[in-house]
Formats: sequence, structure tokens, C-alpha cells
Amino acid sequence: MNKARQNPFNTAAMHGALILYTLIALFPVFVILINSFKTRRAIFREPLALPSADSFSLIGYETVMKQGDFFLYFQNSMIVTVASLFFVLLFGAMAAYALSEYQFRGNLLMGLYLALGIMIPIRIGTVAILEMMVATGLVNTLWALILVYTAQGLPLAVFILSEFMRQVSDDLKNAGRIDGLSEYTIFFRLVLPLVRPAMATVAVFNMIPIWNDLWFPLILAPAEETKTLTLGSQVFIGQFVTDWNAVLSALSMAILPVLVLYVIFSRQLIRGITSGAVK
Amino acid sequence: MTALMLSNVNKSFGNVHVLKDITLEVEEGEFVVFVGPSGCGKSTLLRVIAGLEDASSGEINIGGQQVNLVPPSKRGIAMVFQSYALYPHLSVRGNMTLALKQEKQSKAMIEERVSIASRMLNLEPYLDRYPSELSGGQRQRVAIGRAIVRKPKLFLFDEPLSNLDAALRMNTRIEIANLHRALDASMIYVTHDQTEAMTLADKIVVLRDGRVEQIGSPMELYNNPANQFVAGFLGSPSMNFLPEGLLGDGGQNTIGIRPEDLFLADDGPLAARVSHVEKLGGDTNVIAKVHDQSVTARLFGQHAISEGQELRFTYAAEKAYRFDADGQRLR
Ligand SMILES: Nc1ncnc2c1ncn2[C@@H]1O[C@H](COP(=O)(O)OP(=O)(O)O)[C@@H](O)[C@H]1O
Ligand SMILES: [Mg+2]
Repeated sequence: MNKARQNPFNTAAMHGALILYTLIALFPVFVILINSFKTRRAIFREPLALPSADSFSLIGYETVMKQGDFFLYFQNSMIVTVASLFFVLLFGAMAAYALSEYQFRGNLLMGLYLALGIMIPIRIGTVAILEMMVATGLVNTLWALILVYTAQGLPLAVFILSEFMRQVSDDLKNAGRIDGLSEYTIFFRLVLPLVRPAMATVAVFNMIPIWNDLWFPLILAPAEETKTLTLGSQVFIGQFVTDWNAVLSALSMAILPVLVLYVIFSRQLIRGITSGAVK
Repeated sequence: MTALMLSNVNKSFGNVHVLKDITLEVEEGEFVVFVGPSGCGKSTLLRVIAGLEDASSGEINIGGQQVNLVPPSKRGIAMVFQSYALYPHLSVRGNMTLALKQEKQSKAMIEERVSIASRMLNLEPYLDRYPSELSGGQRQRVAIGRAIVRKPKLFLFDEPLSNLDAALRMNTRIEIANLHRALDASMIYVTHDQTEAMTLADKIVVLRDGRVEQIGSPMELYNNPANQFVAGFLGSPSMNFLPEGLLGDGGQNTIGIRPEDLFLADDGPLAARVSHVEKLGGDTNVIAKVHDQSVTARLFGQHAISEGQELRFTYAAEKAYRFDADGQRLR
């Protein structure tokens, strides 16, 4: 059918390009991983060498385990990321559905207003957010972070999802209405599954910045029991001395959960594309 | 009793006036076809009847009850969509039973309705398949089955055949006609295809630009069109329109003559030069130019006519229709 696909030269070239890209993308991760298993001296002498019998060391991981409550940080990061993503997707999808499906006064203005957040960085409002969190007593709770990240993620989510929801067949939704499904059932059972690829995209886009964020944890939840992984790792980075073993070990461990989440979402993405959804 | 009564229904989207003062009736058990060119508001009218859009004004009665404020699922209607609109996450059985389950009908009754409908539509082998595993024609039948199991007071079909290929379209058309006879239900069928309208309908409603042009049985409309639009829309090949001047009467009106009413005659009033000939075996369609006007004549049987030939046509005066400058019929 597709000649380009069958031509062995083209296939080889395509795979070559993809493999090259994969190598480039994975290289930093690889360097972090190998160096996290080396002694401090070996890291600086030969940063690209694999750990050998001489240079192998778990000192970084030991430091990380001893210092602070690493598993608590880990758990905090996980809770904040997953909860924020959940709320971004839930509210984003619902707002997008309302904007794309229902005609009401101010529909367009509302859409523009919600999309405005894409252009205005939320950090500009840090002071006001902090004051609000202090007033509501949410400082040093994970809720402070979850709320901020949900707000931060919503504009793009609404923008992307409403575009996709406009493409869901009207006939399908109308068939549901004639069969007596409620608007909520139509939304959750008919529309959401059809925009799953878009949801996965939104999730991936939002996940990394939330997981990596240092700014809001530092300002809104710096207490020991609410520290996130990124904030917790900062103890190893000093003004004068940096414990590179510990930093690299902490980073290596921080990569794992993101990787797992990413694999989950990207599988959704691929399934959505290849399932041959009936329009 | 009337199955459906619309009085002065209007529908606007913002300041676009899509449906204009629609008034019509559908009798119990009648097969009514809404026909008109694309974009004339047929689907919108059907959605207003179904309750998927609110009418801007006017009254909608289904089975003697005013339903303007009744939600679609409670109007006693079922709809078959052009794109089938099957639920992708449900099997054929699931698609057919969803509405009954929503109505909390008993298991035994749902089972019985599904088995009757699937037998009628030859869907028994596919009940556990998913829509993505079916062909276009099978999906179409599932969509019809989903409507049948509800035993609605009124069936609504929105161009159900337009996604099928020509051979399947013909078969499905006959199936729908049989279905109408078997179920004895009231049906509204929307199409832009005048052949479907002529072959299926008890009653045709011709729409143009959101307005009802004429209502009547297929033969009434064919033999007695109210205006030039209806005359030109029904019938294939469509009616020839010639300025009266060409025929030597000197008026400003338009004369309409159906292709089958033109005959070859050596002393006929219409001198024509043949531009194209379609030989169909049973019929011969001759497309010719009379001055600058293109004219189609449908001659019975086979004729040795070739392009460029000069011919003369005649017609029976009582078979000619006259229309004024606004397209209204003059009698
Ligand atoms: N939701 C809508 N908003 C605005 N205009 C619409 C909407 N739905 C239909 N229309 C307009 O109404 C007219 C009739 O549409 P439709 O009923 O789909 O025509 P048909 O089914 O006869 O082809 C079209 O001009 C279309 O642009
Ligand atoms: Mg239509």
C-alpha cells in the first residue's frame, strides 16, 4: 500500500534517525544514572565512564537516605503531581465541554478569559497567592501547591481540550440524549473516551513542570513535612560545596516516577490514536 | 390521530433565520419525506422535532401532546443519524438496549425486543461485536435496530443512506420501505435525493431555504407542482424551462416541459442542435441546444441520434406548465 514504508532504504533511514534522536534524548539521563553510582573523584575525572570496580560507590544514595525524610518528600511530590493532574484534567475537560457544547451568553468571552492564562505566567501573582494562602491558612499544606498547579494547568487544558471536543460528533451526543442519557453520562462515557489522546497530551505537558517546580514549594510549603522532592534535594546544593553524589542520586530516583507516569499516559495516547474510533 | 403537528415553527441561530413558519402534519402510520437541497434546514427541522434544538417559536405536537418543553428521550421518538452515531464503547446488543435500560424496562422485555429487531434486520450473528468491527451497511442496520427496539411513536431518519454505496443504497431503501409496512409506524425521512423521496414517500414535503414550498403525494407534486422550484426539483432528468419568447408566444413567462413530454417531429416548434446523447437501452436521453437554452428530451426506446445533428421537437400544450417571473405557477 504505502511504497515509502516498504522501501528498505527508507526504513533504515527512518529507524536511523529515530535511534539517533533517542540516543540524544536519553544521553543526559544516562550520564546522571552512571555518575550517581560513582565516587566523587571518579565523577570529575571521567564523567562519561561507566562505574568500574574501583569507582563504584553507593555513597550518594546513602547520603540521600540518611539526610532528611527522602521518602516523605517523594510521597509529597507524588501526591501533589497526581492530584494536580487529576483536577486539571477533570475541571479542564468539564470547562472545555461546556464551552464547546453549550451556547450561552458570553461563551466566547469566557473562552478567551480562560485562555488568557496561557500567556500570563502564574508566578507574577506569587505575592498575592501567598497572601491568599496565609489568609486561608493553607500555607505549608499540600493543598496550597495542588490549588496553584491546578490553576496553572487549566488554561492550556481548556484550550486544547475544547478544540478536540468540538470535533466529537454531534450525532453521537444527540443519540445519547435521545436514548435518555444525562449530560454527565454523555460527557463521561461518550465524549471523554474519544478525547483521551488529548487528555494524555495535556497530562504529559503539565506533569513535568509540576514535578520539577521549585518556586512554589519553596514559597508556599517549605515546612519539613510538606517538602517536595525537588525542594528536598536542594539541601545537597550549597553555595560553596555541592554534594554531587547526593544530587545525582536524588535526581536518578526522581526520574523514575515521572518515567512511569509518562509510560502510562503515552500508552493512552497511542491507544487513542490506533483504536480506530468510530466517528 | 396525527402523529406529528407543527404549527408556525421558526428557528433562528443568532440572527440567521433557518426555519421559517413551518406548518405541517404527519398522520398516524404515514411515511413522510422532507426533501430539499443541502443547507435548506432539513436536519435542523428534524432536530427541532426531536427536541435536540429548541424552536424559537411555534408549537410542536407529537401524538396529540404538546412537546415543546419535553426532553428528547420522553418525546416517544427515535432517530437514525446520517453518521450512524453508534456508541463505540458498546457492543451491538449494548447499543440496542441502552435506551431501554435507561427507561428501566424489565430484562425479559428488553431481551424480546432485541431478538425481534435483530431477526428483522439480520443482525443476530453480530450482536456481540463492536461497531468498529462492522461494515457500513451493518452499522446502518444497527442504527435502525436501535430505533426499532424503542417502539417509538415517530421514527426520524436523517439522510440514512447517504454514506452507503449505490448498490447498498438501493437495497436499504427497499428494506426501509418493508420496515415501514411491517411496523406500521409513522416515519419522517429526510433526504436531498429526489429519487428516494419519490420512491419511499406517502407524502413529500419540499423545503427550500427553511420554507415549505409544497406538501403532497409524490404524484400530486409531480403532476401538479405549485411553483418552478418544485417542478425542477422532482423528476430525473429534471424539467426543462424555456422562456416563452422562444416558443413564439412573446410573453415574459417561463414554460416548463418534462423531458418525457418532448417528442421528435419534423414540423415541431423547437429547432434544436444535439449536444450530447445518453443511450440507456430502454430510453434515450437527448441533450440539445435550443438557441442558447439547454433542453433534455427523454425518448422511449433506442434512436440513432448523434451529436451535432439538427432536430425538431414538439410537445403537447396541455403537458406544459407556465410559471411567472417569480416562479409561481400560472394556471
Ligand atoms: N448550530 C447551528 N448554528 C448556526 N447555524 C446553523 C446551525 N445548524 C445549522 N445551521 C445553518 O442552518 C442551515 C440549515 O442547516 P441544515 O439543517 O443542516 O441543512 P440540511 O440538513 O438541509 O442540509 C445551514 O445554512 C446551516 O449553516
Ligand atoms: Mg442535513
